[in-house]
Amino acid sequence: MIPAPFEYETAESAAHALSLLATHGEDAKLLAGGHSLLPMMKLRLAMPTVLIDIARVSELSGIRAEGAELVIGATTRHADIASSDLVTSEVPLLAYAASQVGDPQIRHRGTIGGSLAHADPAADLPMTLVALGGSIEITGPSGTRTVPAGEFFTGFFESVLEPGELLSAVRVPRGGTVPWGYQKFVRRANDWAIVGVAAYDGRVALASMGSTPIRARGVEDALRSGASPEQAASHAAEGTSAGSDFHADKEYREHLARVLTRRALEGRVG
Amino acid sequence: MSILGTRVLRTEDPGFLTTGAVYTEDVQDERLAGACHVHFVRSTVAHARINGIDVSAARDADGVVAVYTGTDLAAAGLEPLPPMMPNMNQAMVMPLLATDVVRFVGEPVAAVVTEEPYQGEDAIELVDVDYEPLPAVVDPVAAKEGQTGLLFPAAGTNVVVKFGDEAALDAALFEGCEVVVSKTIVNQRVAPAPMESRAAAAVWGEDGRLIAWIPNQGAQGTKAAIAGMLGLEPDRVRVITPDVGGAFGAKFGADPEQAVVCWIAGQLKRPARWTETRNENLLAMTHGRAQQQTVTIGGSKDGTITAYRLEILQDSGAYPKAGAFLPMLTRLMAPGPYAIPRAEAATISVVTNTTPVGAYRGAGRPEAAAAIDRAVDLFAAEAGVDPAEVRRKNLLPKFTEPHQTAFGAVYDSGDYVAALDAALEAADYEGLRAEQRKRRESGDTLQLGIGLSSYVEITGPGGEAGGPNENSTVEVHPDGTATILTGTSPHGQGHSTVWAMLASEELGIPIEKITVKWGDTDLVPRGGGTGGSRSLQLGGAAVRQASRELLDVARERAAATLEASAADLVYDIDASAFTVKGDPDANVPLAKLAEAERLFVHTVFTAPGPTFPFGTHVAVVEVDTETGKVFLRRMVTVDDAGTVINPLLAEGQRHGGIAQGAAQAFLEEIVYDTDGNPLTATFADYPFLSATEVPSFELVDSQTPTSYNPLGAKGIGEAGTIGATPAVQNAVIDAVSHLGVRHIDMPTSPQRVWRAISESRDA
Amino acid sequence: MQLKLTVNGVTRSDEVEPRLLLVHYLREVCGLRAANVGCDTTSCGACTVLLNGESVKSCTVLAVQAGGQAVTTAEGLVSATGEMHPVQRAFREQHGLQCGFCTPGMVMATTSLLAENPHPTEQEVREGLEGNFCRCTGYHNIVRAVLAAAEAAGTEAEEVSA
Repeated sequence: MIPAPFEYETAESAAHALSLLATHGEDAKLLAGGHSLLPMMKLRLAMPTVLIDIARVSELSGIRAEGAELVIGATTRHADIASSDLVTSEVPLLAYAASQVGDPQIRHRGTIGGSLAHADPAADLPMTLVALGGSIEITGPSGTRTVPAGEFFTGFFESVLEPGELLSAVRVPRGGTVPWGYQKFVRRANDWAIVGVAAYDGRVALASMGSTPIRARGVEDALRSGASPEQAASHAAEGTSAGSDFHADKEYREHLARVLTRRALEGRVG
Repeated sequence: MSILGTRVLRTEDPGFLTTGAVYTEDVQDERLAGACHVHFVRSTVAHARINGIDVSAARDADGVVAVYTGTDLAAAGLEPLPPMMPNMNQAMVMPLLATDVVRFVGEPVAAVVTEEPYQGEDAIELVDVDYEPLPAVVDPVAAKEGQTGLLFPAAGTNVVVKFGDEAALDAALFEGCEVVVSKTIVNQRVAPAPMESRAAAAVWGEDGRLIAWIPNQGAQGTKAAIAGMLGLEPDRVRVITPDVGGAFGAKFGADPEQAVVCWIAGQLKRPARWTETRNENLLAMTHGRAQQQTVTIGGSKDGTITAYRLEILQDSGAYPKAGAFLPMLTRLMAPGPYAIPRAEAATISVVTNTTPVGAYRGAGRPEAAAAIDRAVDLFAAEAGVDPAEVRRKNLLPKFTEPHQTAFGAVYDSGDYVAALDAALEAADYEGLRAEQRKRRESGDTLQLGIGLSSYVEITGPGGEAGGPNENSTVEVHPDGTATILTGTSPHGQGHSTVWAMLASEELGIPIEKITVKWGDTDLVPRGGGTGGSRSLQLGGAAVRQASRELLDVARERAAATLEASAADLVYDIDASAFTVKGDPDANVPLAKLAEAERLFVHTVFTAPGPTFPFGTHVAVVEVDTETGKVFLRRMVTVDDAGTVINPLLAEGQRHGGIAQGAAQAFLEEIVYDTDGNPLTATFADYPFLSATEVPSFELVDSQTPTSYNPLGAKGIGEAGTIGATPAVQNAVIDAVSHLGVRHIDMPTSPQRVWRAISESRDA
Repeated sequence: MQLKLTVNGVTRSDEVEPRLLLVHYLREVCGLRAANVGCDTTSCGACTVLLNGESVKSCTVLAVQAGGQAVTTAEGLVSATGEMHPVQRAFREQHGLQCGFCTPGMVMATTSLLAENPHPTEQEVREGLEGNFCRCTGYHNIVRAVLAAAEAAGTEAEEVSA
């Protein structure tokens, strides 16, 4: 119910955050909204000994247009992404996905950087970034690198982020008229997706069908060959490794993947 | 102008809304100053021998005052508790802290006491328990057969108690029936999950008496339970009941943890406090329902039901508590509101390596309604008759004199067909069926389902000596205020407001000047608490009776004061004063009559028996036939509990009950894996109902009074729960019945619904 | 470590450990016990307060994260003359509470919801409260309370501008 003890530092800048990470090593974690990290710490599934608060580092927040992309600072909150006129008009899929994370209170705290760094394959934003073909900026001691979203996630709660690195920004393509769809299947409003689908411009990404968001390549190939949404969606489960739990077994998840992919390809949200 | 029957706003609310109610964890009392904090170490395995408990590291941790195990309690002479009822297997005893065996994940094994709460969370991790796993008996069928192991070797069986006699079931019961359907169905385990979890705060006074603040549903029962667990003379225990954040049947009496906290306070000669986490609550507060039911129903092709059999296997969890006993009530209410010429029921309760099962809103009666109303729909489908028609054909006709059923229940008053008709009309049943036909013809993905439930239930069943009764004291003070003491124990029902209304109706004192008190066993030594929907019909009736008797006492005093004869006095309610008939200047205010001598009456109201509210629910769902997901669109209900004293509060009770009942049908479930590990022990995993899953409810007013108390009131608290569950389950199945589906077990999760559709398509 | 923040308009300075949850800071250090702890997975919302005017679940905010900011609790919605806030009034009038445990959190969530969406539909109200669990009311009267508060605010705004 409450975390194990830890020390708390406040970073004044991204560089300061990096130096604190370097000083404290692998037992230190960055804290922005804390709505992926603190729940784990309260259950003692994570026990960092140092938390480095980056919520007040202004260079890490904000939404701006940069050519064909929007650049979103890592500590930008879901609520601000969802209500941003810029995101709503230029990347409506992202605005919608951000509006679906958790509940209003969670969206007032949780951040895009925190959510992506947490790398939960059941979450809204990882699959959305993969469908968008976005990329993730990582700042480390040796500078900044940009990783395509599809390469960022490497396993359950695992990403290419090295200890000592900081997810600093997210880049997404602008395209207010690009067709998109979003499906998040839950038993109850506040839940993580039993199966999720984000579709954008012929790309389809699935949540909860593997240890990372999964690109539905079979669907995409079919679409490129001119298949209808229904025909293309029939390939949705290919290349996935869905788990089974009491909410949904593998067979049911694969079925849902097909149904929800078709709906997402039809441009529906739900 | 009568205040009764009006929508009086609650007097409780301003405090609740602004500074918040004062729950046990909130209590700030000088007697609790310097309290230490208790945290429990709990079993992480479902069934195991304890080979040792190493508390040394915990004892050395920061802020740890003491660590106790079952060995310490045994050394202090505390005995394990035998089951509450003598007809339950008495070898199935429950220790306060596990000693040699743990029998469910979450069972308390050790208690760590610290200076500060946060230190306790750290210290419990340092207690090392050496478990030697034993085979876990999780499936109640396996438990009954006993082959996979016994929880209590000394008991020689896993069977706790039986009601009815399975050997006496009539093999020929369904002879002559043109249509017979039999099915084994599940009334699944759910969690009461009140928003306030369990807690306790305890201190021993210099007078050697224990004072315990415990959230409960009846302080007098809680006191007896604590005294029993600690081997104390009852008069050494005082229980004080703070505000209680919901209970739903799971806060009766007291739990072992609460007794241990009280004991620790005595050991350390220091106040002790405990609040459980939600995870602990979902593991170790009693669960609800957990019946496997075999229903068999038969009759003729025209929809007339002639025979019904209900066989119940009750999962009691690891230690027999109220849950083991509830099938007795299920059996009592088996035929529900239907006139079934031949009906029989038999029940068996078994222990399993899971959380103990207790009472949960409805406590045995929702299970009965769910069984009979599922059976009625199965029968209707088999006979090819509309389920509303089958109900209308088979409901007991209207009666105003008590009607005894074959199971021995004496229904007091009822008009079941009127309830059915009113609900169907309010729902526009014909219109719904037309819409359903249209969608079926078009093959819409989103199909419409309409589900019915006609129910009757038993409230205020008592068990009190001398029949269902409750006591109350009403006192008028010289300053014109009044105090009511009640043996009920509200936890959201609004007794402060309604009891004040009842007294105000008699005495004319405005409700703002009336204070209602309960839950302190030194102040109110006797009481039956709040549960079983008993409070208004017994406790409220007692308040009214005490108020009337108080006026009789006051009248005599007034007569003396006014030097008139009592018969010549009139009580002017608006002025709260006695006047002499024909001489308005000769008057004496009621309050004045309290100046020389206290003016109060203590009375006991006794009812001739329990009462039987009834109703009909119509549930309308949409089912996404591609995914199996269920959307609850409408709940239209008739819940007739006799006279309504405060419609605002009665509606609130119905809403809450409907939501919980619906939640069981399509959403909530407690799940264990085959090793007895709980999979739904957090609010993230347990599908607790949120605001988006239910619509606003449509309530139809119906008041068929009872003659059993002067208010004409029956109990409303659980009725909504009882009708909603089968109505929603039936609706889901109805939505896909055209695809060949006849049954889907609860909760009708998307996966279950989709599987049912797929299997019917394949068949 | 040192924590300085404003609670219900009052500036405070306290010594706290970093892991102290904001909800426990409010309850135990500030003595403001309306916010309750109802779960351990950031699910139920009984702990909801406002941080800089926006609803947050105070069980999942460290007190130290609120440093330099403004927290408002249910107690802080009451006017200086002791009058209930319109949202609190609406909850009472619509019987939107029974046992009261979820209520302060509901009220704070509602206040934030209406600040962001002054004229919600019933569906928007239900979705807006999906992070606040109630076991007693079935949500029916809570929804009515929110809609009534929205309407009252709308009427009030009209009266002001009229």
